[in-house]
Amino acid sequence: MRVVRPLLILLGLLALWQGAVWATGAPRYILPGPVSVAAVLAERWGQLLHHAGVTVAEILLGLGLGLALGIASALLIASFRPMRRWLLPVLVVSQAIPVFALAPILTLWLGYGIASKVAMAILIIYFPVTSAFFDGLRQTEPGWLDLARTMNGSRARILWHVRIPAALPALGSGLRVATAVAPIGAVVGEWVGASAGLGYLMLHANARMQVDVMFAALFVLGVFAVTLYFAVDLGIRRAIPWQAEERG
Amino acid sequence: MAPRDTSRAASPGVRVRGAQLAYAGTRLFDDLDFDLDGGRITGLLGPSGVGKTSLARLIAGLTEGAEGSVADSDGRALGGRIAYMAQQDLLLPWLSARENVLLGYRLRGTAVTGEVRERAQRLLERVGLADAADARPAALSGGMRQRVALARTLMEDRAVVLMDEPFSGLDAITRYELQALAAELLAGRTVLLVTHDPLEALRLGHRLLVLSGRPARLDASVVEPPDAPPRDASAVAHLQGQLLERLAAARAATA
Repeated sequence: MRVVRPLLILLGLLALWQGAVWATGAPRYILPGPVSVAAVLAERWGQLLHHAGVTVAEILLGLGLGLALGIASALLIASFRPMRRWLLPVLVVSQAIPVFALAPILTLWLGYGIASKVAMAILIIYFPVTSAFFDGLRQTEPGWLDLARTMNGSRARILWHVRIPAALPALGSGLRVATAVAPIGAVVGEWVGASAGLGYLMLHANARMQVDVMFAALFVLGVFAVTLYFAVDLGIRRAIPWQAEERG
Repeated sequence: MAPRDTSRAASPGVRVRGAQLAYAGTRLFDDLDFDLDGGRITGLLGPSGVGKTSLARLIAGLTEGAEGSVADSDGRALGGRIAYMAQQDLLLPWLSARENVLLGYRLRGTAVTGEVRERAQRLLERVGLADAADARPAALSGGMRQRVALARTLMEDRAVVLMDEPFSGLDAITRYELQALAAELLAGRTVLLVTHDPLEALRLGHRLLVLSGRPARLDASVVEPPDAPPRDASAVAHLQGQLLERLAAARAATA
């Protein structure tokens, strides 16, 4: 059933899609049916793959760098109380300014290449990762800290052996959110100005009324985003097996 | 660090002088003096909220804003000679039972030598968990988890052991078994046993104290349990009623 159910859901969605095409009688340049999109996928897979590769690289780089930056920031804020007053406002500002509004500026500064999109992805995932991990570090079970203190543990060792492992489930939640939103950053960046990538391909196709190509690009992006999410989710569960055990 | 069985006979007493502690505007202790006899188990009873846990934490050096002096019977500081065992087992869920027992070594960055490993294994055997040594806490029952916590406390090999209602989360039978085991394994150490269970105090304590009033005062003129702990429940049953009445009076005095 674990394999069959997703397939059934997928088939149901495809049937719904095809049904909508028949029911509305929408022309191909408004709503192409799954069959014509599949035809585009088969015909232009080389081109789609090339653009998908660029977008995937942007997403993965953004995710990796954003994660590293978020972890480092959360550790800094949690370890050094004075840092809190300086870094917390930066954190809030990073989230309060809509990333979409920054996209044109980032493109202006970093160019049409991959760098501006990676920066977008970093900006969009920095907040969920940092705030989730910081919350986790802040909410260590007080009894563990008391115990660690009576055992004469140093601050650094308590951080490494107690507070960080205890915060991993929270970091995992932050990473899940980050994985879900990272593609948004990359694609929005491509819309604003790019020479490659699935977002670029969609804009390009849109201008030529190739709606089936847009849908094909969207499909590829969707498949990658879902696969990435489940891979990350699996990785998180493997890395912190005790979380599931504790819930029983 | 070698197993120091000889140190037990010479476990120092604990002397608290002039303890002061206020919590949320209420004065819990005001110039409180308190002694633990060396190498013996002192049971501390009293109504909830009177400050039993605070007193144990004060001795452990875990309360902020407390005043007064805590030292051993020779007037030396107690730092590094106290182990603490709480009501929750406080096991780290990502470590195995064995690794939890060895947590102190991890936190101090001391090497776990073969000898240390062997001692941990022996302790796990003593608490009946030799087969569960590699299991993570989630796979263990409440009673087993508290046994691991007991082994972890003993692994620290401290002269003074503070226990804050260590068995209150367990079912009656498990509690009864663990009390006997704890008394046996803690023999010779200076122990403060905070409890709300009169039977537990009567079974395990060499001496019983009741904390009551606000600010709290200690009353040592309670019942005197016979012979040495651990005692059978039947041996102290007749004292339980007497003690319960003392505790009821203590609660009235605290409210």
